[in-house]
Amino acid sequence: MIPELGNFALMLALSLAVIQGVLPLAGAFKNNARWMALARPAAAGQCLFVFLAFAALVYAFVSNDFSVSYVVNNSNSLLPVHFRVAATWGGHEGSLLLWVLIQALWTLAVALFSRQLPPETVARVLGVMGLISIGFLCFMLFTSNPFDRTLPAVAEGRDLNPLLQDLGMIVHPPLLYMGYVGFSVAFGFAVAALLGGQLDAAWARWSRPWTLVAWMFLTLGIFMGSFWAYYELGWGGWWFWDAVENASFMPWLVGTALIHSLAVTEKRGSFKNWTVLLAILAFSLSLLGTFLVRSGVLTSVHAFATDPRRGLFILIFLAIVIGGSLALFAWRAPKVGLGGRFGLFSRESMLLVNNVLLLVAAGTVLLGTLYPLIIDALQLGKISVGPPYFEAVFVPLMIPVLVLIAVGPFVPWKNASFNAVLVRLRWLALTVLLIAAVGALVLKFSPMVILGVTLAFWVVLSTASNLLQRLRHAPKGTSLFKRICSQPRSYWGMIVAHAGIGVFVVGVTLVKGLETSQDASLRVGERVNAGAYTFAFTGLKQIEGPNYIAARGTFEVSQGGQPVATMHPEKRIYTAQQMPMTEAAIDRRLTRDLYVSIGDATNGGAWQVRVQHKPFVSWIWGGALIMALGGFLAASDRRYRLASRQKSKVPKPSSVPATPSSIKAAA
Amino acid sequence: MKKRFIWPLGIFLVLLVFLGIGLQRNPQEIPSPFIGKAAPAFTLTQLEAPRENFSPRDMQGQVWLLNVWASWCTSCREEHPVLLAFSKEAGVPIVGLNYKDVRNDGQQWLSRFGNPYLVSAFDSDGRVGIDYGVYGVPETFVIDQHGVVRLKHTGPITPEVIRSKLLPLIKALSHA
Repeated sequence: MIPELGNFALMLALSLAVIQGVLPLAGAFKNNARWMALARPAAAGQCLFVFLAFAALVYAFVSNDFSVSYVVNNSNSLLPVHFRVAATWGGHEGSLLLWVLIQALWTLAVALFSRQLPPETVARVLGVMGLISIGFLCFMLFTSNPFDRTLPAVAEGRDLNPLLQDLGMIVHPPLLYMGYVGFSVAFGFAVAALLGGQLDAAWARWSRPWTLVAWMFLTLGIFMGSFWAYYELGWGGWWFWDAVENASFMPWLVGTALIHSLAVTEKRGSFKNWTVLLAILAFSLSLLGTFLVRSGVLTSVHAFATDPRRGLFILIFLAIVIGGSLALFAWRAPKVGLGGRFGLFSRESMLLVNNVLLLVAAGTVLLGTLYPLIIDALQLGKISVGPPYFEAVFVPLMIPVLVLIAVGPFVPWKNASFNAVLVRLRWLALTVLLIAAVGALVLKFSPMVILGVTLAFWVVLSTASNLLQRLRHAPKGTSLFKRICSQPRSYWGMIVAHAGIGVFVVGVTLVKGLETSQDASLRVGERVNAGAYTFAFTGLKQIEGPNYIAARGTFEVSQGGQPVATMHPEKRIYTAQQMPMTEAAIDRRLTRDLYVSIGDATNGGAWQVRVQHKPFVSWIWGGALIMALGGFLAASDRRYRLASRQKSKVPKPSSVPATPSSIKAAA
Repeated sequence: MKKRFIWPLGIFLVLLVFLGIGLQRNPQEIPSPFIGKAAPAFTLTQLEAPRENFSPRDMQGQVWLLNVWASWCTSCREEHPVLLAFSKEAGVPIVGLNYKDVRNDGQQWLSRFGNPYLVSAFDSDGRVGIDYGVYGVPETFVIDQHGVVRLKHTGPITPEVIRSKLLPLIKALSHA
């Protein structure tokens, strides 16, 4: 009975989405205030019914209702209850319901926090988001209904994929979807602005906090996925340039460009068309990612079970949403003015270069991801594109980005003197070159390690120096606390996020350049070395988990005779699917991880063992977390919370003199 | 309307065409460079008769299947009953290539689960497997009367594969 109610709730949600998607947009067009006023209640109602549907599915999982096909395929009565709840989004249908729920929650948030917006804008934004909901709800109801019954009921479910039985996997999809779907708000604002013809600083100011929050969630989602892959897949890798990872990385790159471009549009009124295009692209790439994951056009470790009907449905949906918005862009964008002019060397030009580099980077990732598909479609054969391609094209694009991250915040808006900026950065540049020389001559690192570490220092030191200069610039006698508090949160957001990039680069560089890995076939009592560490295989026993059995090894790790850690990697067999899983043991420290995983037993009682020493690997995720914190700080800037109906005016170019004292935050 | 604003739409439409074509195709299906070429020659001892040899030349003049298997391969066990039934009905000989295996293990495996093979060639170091581009066991090749590889199937043979791929091809080749 409950699943039927869930199904019914989805139908009602679809009906409300149709109202939300059609009437407010028509009302904004015909200037009908009553139709426009329907947007908020329809959004709230839609959210309520999607939530009820989601609750019904969770209930089916928790109560082990094995008459629902989706539950049969993704759960088991032996599965612990928190994993049964998480299994709700462990497969295609349920994750789609989660997507729709998050879409509905974002829509509700826009409906609630848009009091200061003109009614036409609210109607248009919510209308566009309603149209997107219609697409996803139809997709679910017509091709992938999670409430489909299998009668008579089955005695036992097939269990959740063991790879997904993990805490990281419980939070990874919701975070990622919060990011993907969050870009639909920026998309809604962009399309609304194109429809209404009002592309101004006020528009950028409304879009910015939403975009920042979405970007923050996407950062966290990618971070979580990478972190999970590292400890759960048992290879010790953290990024594989897999099609599905790329699908989440492309919107991130474009979203990063978007938050920088929005800053220019808000502060200087420039880049309007460009910003709108980025907002459309960020969400389009999120949708494209959904298509790639769920249609089976590419092979990937993440791909869901495929069905050509689903692929066709999403393709048509993509054609309508992306094609429609880009057509609208082609039609309306030429009428938008150019906005404030700026010099060849200025904050604006720096941000433009940053934007172009990020967009090109996203383009190369897209090309690499789709290349196998394109070659196949042209009947030129089957190929796969792997990490060598991505590293070869992506790293060179990121080097200028890293150089510019450091310089950008020092460059004033509108028009800047190259020499003045050079003078401010000369000591910093010298310090960094000194670090590079020490790395090359004393520590004898490889060129790539030196390059990475030097760039990381460059980014972190210049960011710190920028902060110091800002803090020093206050009336004498101001306390440090007051100086810190007087900086806007958006400035802190920029500083923190840029520092996070530096931390991230340190991690990536040192892991890539200095890690050691050793494969060995070991019997109990034998030992193997990796780097300066000795791993002794001291014991093995069999243990039983709730839905698996495992062989659990004991490794005593020592360095120069001193004991360092005792580690327990496992080899599990999940009984319901007879699926073997490797549970790696990781000993984490700030400056290194030790990683032990055991594979299959070979003849004569020996086990395949892989031991790894990974310097600074935690800094990769630390950097990502710091970046996300930066996004949060920027989004919480108090100027976004000031409810004012008044449209902020674009500052006239003459009102911002290009002196060092007038440097404004980039964020 | 200025041209540069249409560019994004144009690029997207091209992309859409490719995605549409991509939907019709299966990325898991990997073609073998051996299709249409002569099957690589080899001479190996037979799994069950270590003193006797097997070579693809022995099969000249008939359509036959070369099935790569190993006792350590779990998917082979899944495939095995299907292969057994097929060997009784299809009327084409199936030759096994016992890949990177221990002779004793391979022999025991056949005596325990049944032997669908006319003969199994014993490729203990996997060198013949390399010549045939084997990268996952099981794999199955269809070879015609003239010793030319006509089809390669990666992964276990299922009744569906037999119905839709193997039987039509074997029928066509036998009449040729």
